[in-house]
Amino acid sequence: MPGKLKVKIVAGRHLPVMDRASDLTDAFVEVKFGNTTFKTDVYLKSLNPQWNSEWFKFEVDDEDLQDEPLQITVLDHDTYSANDAIGKVYIDIDPLLYSEAATVISGWFPIYDTIHGIRGEINVVVKVDLFNDLNRFRQSSCGVKFFCTTSIPKCYRAVIIHGFVEELVVNEDPEYQWIDRIRTPRASNEARQRLISLMSGELQRKIGLKVLEMRGNAVVGYLQCFDLEGESGLVVRAIGTACTLDKLSSPAAFLPACNSPSKEMKEIPFNEDPNPNTHSSGPSTPLKNQTYSFSPSKSYSRQSSSSDTDLSLTPKTAPYPQGPRIYLCPSSPSLSCGSLHLKKSCLLLSESSLIPHHSSLVSPVLRKSVSFSEELFLAASGMGSGSAGKEGGPFKALLRQQTQSALEQRGGSPHRFCRRREFPFFTLTAFPPGFLVHVGGVVSARSVKLLDRIHNPAFVGIMGNTRSYKLLDWNSFNSDEPETRDAWWAEIRQEIKSHAKALGCHAVVGYSESTSICEEVCILSASGTAAVLNPRFLQDGTVEGCLEQRLEENLPTRCGFCHIPYDELNMPFPAHLTYCYNCRKQKVPDVLFTTIDLPTDATVIGKGCLIQARLCRLKKKAQAEANATAISNLLPFMEYEVHTQLMNKLKLKGMNALFGLRIQITVGENMLMGLASATGVYLAALPTPGGIQIAGKTPNDGSYEQHISHMQKKINDTIAKNKELYEINPPEISEEIIGSPIPEPRQRSRLLRSQSESSDEVTELDLSHGKKDAFVLEIDDTDAMEDVHSLLTDVPPPSGFYSCNTEIMPGINNWTSEIQMFTSVRVIRLSSLNLTNQALNKNFNDLCENLLKSLYFKLRSMIPCCLCHVNFTVSLPEDELIQVTVTAVAITFDKNQALQTTKTHVEKSLQRASTDNEELLQFPLELCSDSLPSHPLPPAKEHLESASSNSGIPAAQRDRCSSWIELIKLKAQTIRRGSIKTTVTVEKASPVGDGNFRNRPAPPCANSTVGVVKMTPLSFIPGAKITKYLGIINMFFIRETTSLREEGGVSGFLHAFIAEVFAMVRAHVAALGGNAVVSYIMKQCVFMENPNKNQAQCLINVSGDAVVFVRESDLEVVSTQQPTANCQSSGTEGEVTT
Amino acid sequence: MTSELDIFVGNTTLIDEDVYRLWLDGYSVTDAVALRVRSGILEQTGATAAVLQSDTMDHYRTFHMLERLLHAPPKLLHQLIFQIPPSRQALLIERYYAFDEAFVREVLGKKLSKGTKKDLDDISTKTGITLKSCRRQFDNFKRVFKVVEEMRGSLVDNIQQHFLLSDRLARDYAAIVFFANNRFETGKKKLQYLSFGDFAFCAELMIQNWTLGAVGEAPTVPDSQMDDMDMDLDKEFLQDLKELKVLVADKDLLDLHKSLVCTALRGKLGVFSEMEANFKNLSRGLVNVAAKLTHNKDVRDLFVDLVEKFVEPCRSDHWPLSDVRFFLSQYAASVHSLDGFRHQTLWDRYMGTLRGCLLRLYHD
Repeated sequence: MPGKLKVKIVAGRHLPVMDRASDLTDAFVEVKFGNTTFKTDVYLKSLNPQWNSEWFKFEVDDEDLQDEPLQITVLDHDTYSANDAIGKVYIDIDPLLYSEAATVISGWFPIYDTIHGIRGEINVVVKVDLFNDLNRFRQSSCGVKFFCTTSIPKCYRAVIIHGFVEELVVNEDPEYQWIDRIRTPRASNEARQRLISLMSGELQRKIGLKVLEMRGNAVVGYLQCFDLEGESGLVVRAIGTACTLDKLSSPAAFLPACNSPSKEMKEIPFNEDPNPNTHSSGPSTPLKNQTYSFSPSKSYSRQSSSSDTDLSLTPKTAPYPQGPRIYLCPSSPSLSCGSLHLKKSCLLLSESSLIPHHSSLVSPVLRKSVSFSEELFLAASGMGSGSAGKEGGPFKALLRQQTQSALEQRGGSPHRFCRRREFPFFTLTAFPPGFLVHVGGVVSARSVKLLDRIHNPAFVGIMGNTRSYKLLDWNSFNSDEPETRDAWWAEIRQEIKSHAKALGCHAVVGYSESTSICEEVCILSASGTAAVLNPRFLQDGTVEGCLEQRLEENLPTRCGFCHIPYDELNMPFPAHLTYCYNCRKQKVPDVLFTTIDLPTDATVIGKGCLIQARLCRLKKKAQAEANATAISNLLPFMEYEVHTQLMNKLKLKGMNALFGLRIQITVGENMLMGLASATGVYLAALPTPGGIQIAGKTPNDGSYEQHISHMQKKINDTIAKNKELYEINPPEISEEIIGSPIPEPRQRSRLLRSQSESSDEVTELDLSHGKKDAFVLEIDDTDAMEDVHSLLTDVPPPSGFYSCNTEIMPGINNWTSEIQMFTSVRVIRLSSLNLTNQALNKNFNDLCENLLKSLYFKLRSMIPCCLCHVNFTVSLPEDELIQVTVTAVAITFDKNQALQTTKTHVEKSLQRASTDNEELLQFPLELCSDSLPSHPLPPAKEHLESASSNSGIPAAQRDRCSSWIELIKLKAQTIRRGSIKTTVTVEKASPVGDGNFRNRPAPPCANSTVGVVKMTPLSFIPGAKITKYLGIINMFFIRETTSLREEGGVSGFLHAFIAEVFAMVRAHVAALGGNAVVSYIMKQCVFMENPNKNQAQCLINVSGDAVVFVRESDLEVVSTQQPTANCQSSGTEGEVTT
Repeated sequence: MTSELDIFVGNTTLIDEDVYRLWLDGYSVTDAVALRVRSGILEQTGATAAVLQSDTMDHYRTFHMLERLLHAPPKLLHQLIFQIPPSRQALLIERYYAFDEAFVREVLGKKLSKGTKKDLDDISTKTGITLKSCRRQFDNFKRVFKVVEEMRGSLVDNIQQHFLLSDRLARDYAAIVFFANNRFETGKKKLQYLSFGDFAFCAELMIQNWTLGAVGEAPTVPDSQMDDMDMDLDKEFLQDLKELKVLVADKDLLDLHKSLVCTALRGKLGVFSEMEANFKNLSRGLVNVAAKLTHNKDVRDLFVDLVEKFVEPCRSDHWPLSDVRFFLSQYAASVHSLDGFRHQTLWDRYMGTLRGCLLRLYHD
């Protein structure tokens, strides 16, 4: 079915001078969609043309609407020669295709040229009229919402979480086509940008189709990546979690508090209260039967949900048919495991002892080239669900059996379109309360593959190493083995699944995939956290009632997710189990590693911190298979060492759990790099970590002994210091306390505790764990010495700073509204002479540490603040170059309140009160700080005075300054008016329409300044409420220069480019009517330089969710102070992120 | 291990005021780092010199990229590349266009041309301001001049609208532009005691009273009016000033004027006798200055003349400022009682401004 796309070109501004003679430009615009092109008139001799064109109308299939970007090209008209291109704007119109998102795209877009960067701006209005599509066999998937956010988006609730969706498409890379020899770099870059835009549109559409097929309406945790494989092509792949989401309709139910995670955390106890009696009703018995017949249990989930209040599964009116689905037919192995070459794998588990792990090495046999993979996977969700009760034995056996049977389902005949849902994976990292039952540990798998390579020495590229080889004729290879990449990933996922199974888990959460490519070698990696989920949320909850009931018992405890899902008598790996320190009923491991965010209801002692393990290993340069083998051989050692480092550092911090663990292995020409980042915390439910002990192995000699004891002392000191720094003071578990009814002085709900601990299990308590063996480090060679040293060289952040790589910092819950997102890139050149592993490690370690130090220094004005979602990416662009890219957000918080909440052990009611205080307090503070710039005179004066007093403007000038603001207001209205744009549509927030109306954004065509658009890698904005998701932002840019020195060298070039990328993201969000990007991520930043030729090229891929947010304080203002509402909110308009 | 590339880009552009100042003052990165180290920032923050170096480089790069926009401040407000809070934007602009007193005194009244630009080396050596900073300030003057040169309407308003400067700074620039346009001599040795503020004050008075824009006689036929309203002195007015000569040329008028002033001031002036003795010289000086203003050369020497003919004689007799004020008021007012004198309005237009200027110029 067609849709009608309408585009209007309004005006341009700040265009570059294209005609040297007149210092002016004769600009016109080409608007292209698909194969149709329209042109505006030429606007003669102006740098600020006003085209004000008619509406250009494109009548197109919705399939095209999803795939194609709208392409707007600004050109300079030239009578005698060819028209010169000024630049382009690509607009993804996807957000206009679903009803709840944006209705119009309208605003100023930077005109971007891949050689010159941003060259002026153009004002465009885009609308889509979409006709309803009733065709069942349609190829489009309009209406499926996409979210990068890896949790259920704030203004939605999850009705059903269906499960894993994935897709990949492959194409040749235009940069490596033969035609690239004869076309300009600009044409080549543009071809590439356009192709990737097309491919990601197609990918999104295909994923959407899968979601529709699963009866879902949204993809959450959507992660799309590009693999630039060089000559063998370009892969765009994506994974996500299909969900059925329901928009929370009443804003009243959606208190402002819901949005700040801090408050959410506090609310949890209330939310959970209704849970215990949720599933008490009858359906358990019939369900038991259903389990083995694998019929969908939707009916059940609906019944049960009606009594469920917190995350209601309230029946929707009609949309879910009940009949069995096609993919439920007993089926077929998607992959026969036998064909895999050899697969050992790596399990990074929660364990304390040092066991070398196997790492996956798949010998490089797959050498294929790929083209479009049209295949539709029906991969999807939960294999079933279960839980491990404390009773262990029979129950776990049952669970295993069940999982087993689920897994074995796949053993039949391969039938392409009738696959069972294969992978019970979830890309989410944060879950609705009660979703996560148990967590097993981190599972990961890697495999080394050889990409195809067609040798064509005759075609040596134009740009030296960046474009070395060209394909003569790509098409001849196109038809080869379209499934290779799919098969590779399927293999890895299979492995992950079997790891999870080994851990007694049926699902993997916090799942992600990545690649590292160097020349023709590619490392595929996948990791996640094995978990047991509550089937209530899964569509095919194939769990019997008795399990359900067991689950109920677990639900009230907040420590449930720490309890081991596996059988303690039959553990997959040696681990030290103890009874849970919280409920004392079930077993927990002594250390827990996960890839997810800290569950909101987890009890944490003290604060968390960023923990990184960094590692380099040299490798000989080699070709093809030899290279792949060498890498495969190195991998297990790297995994092992990274793990050891993580464990040591964790203990050094006095903590016992890692969240958000991400291990990245990067392959380069002559080395491998491993970087693991995670957030360490002290979970109250897990035992206190033992210390680290150093043992020398060499024969006794005095000085050596002394040295060792010295080191030991240093380590002990560090642990003590860290405990103090992160406020880790777990309750002493001595016998007296255990006897008392309330053993822990934390502010956890006593109500719950007294229930669950009515009968104290002193007898069961294993006291021996208190004298648990410490972690022993043996120093027997210089290597080990180096390890110990490196442990101690990690400098804690300066006071006032905290850092973590998860969404929020455990232990800090009173964020203030100031946020600053940033990207920092560093490249160092190693001195190539006799590099050793040690020197390399030191260099890499220094690089990361210095980078962090720099960040702390730069952001010192925000103290007290926390760097959240710190995301390090390592790449090895050349032999001796190491590139580290960091994206994170700094958020300020209120220190006093932090102290208050951690120190006072008040009851819930009291805590509530303090929450209220906090709100009251925050409000006036924000008002006075935010409203200054555009407030009427008196505050402005005050503000200027303060500004001038610390800005060095002589005091005498101040009086004049105040009137200056006024003057500028009066005279240069063009400038003032702009700040109004910032105000968000308060749409649903305010009950009274009148005040609202005035707060709407100014018409975009007005000559306004730029509205502030916040960007954050987090899924929320502190102190604000997200009222609307406008759609996914997914942008890919290439920038190239042939005048590197003139642009300020590599730093100047990249600095400008990243600033431009931010600008383009902001412009797109603003045009959608949004004022923030959440879950922002820079997925790729590929930088190549050739200083000798004065050239450089960079590719950047970013994504995120465009949203509209409203400050909580604004909400209050609007509702409480109706008469002044307008004035007040106009005060906050000028509000700005710093 | 060498750092090849090292950048930090924030969604909100970070502006460090101290580094901005160092950059504006024209210090190289190395010098700036050294100065920052000396300020004790390392001790305060526990950072290392390398961190400081990288931070300074980042800021310098940012400023370098911003500089293009600062040349046309409205662009800074509308651009999309750098997200900067409005208060910070104002600060960036204000500081960029701020100038050093020492520098402006050197170029005030000079033609803003290439030739003057070549002298910047000397000015830099003489004032101790870095050459870079001199260039920036000079280019600022020139840029503002170029933009408002051809423009009609209030000079201050034009500057404010096109450069978004604070009122104070816009007025200063108006003075600079006005001086550059009329090429008033300010560099003579006897004018060295005068500050930029003194000249700016005079410039403002002159713009308000002596230019075409001042009279509010907006020409009905715009194209017939070639002069810029606020930049050029009103030629007709200057021509008319010749008429004032009668005040000193006509002996009777001069005597009458003197007696009127003396009568009014007797007993009120500490330096009465000196005044009485000097009256004719002073009056001659003031009126002759007026009469000569038809010649461009003499216009340029206006301040030199004023100082020579009025300020210096009074100063050598140690007139206190209050006496000068009394005298000038009376001197201007008494003319109204001279029956034979017909150019009262002209006199007021001339003397009103001159009185203000002289009072400002009269100090040590």
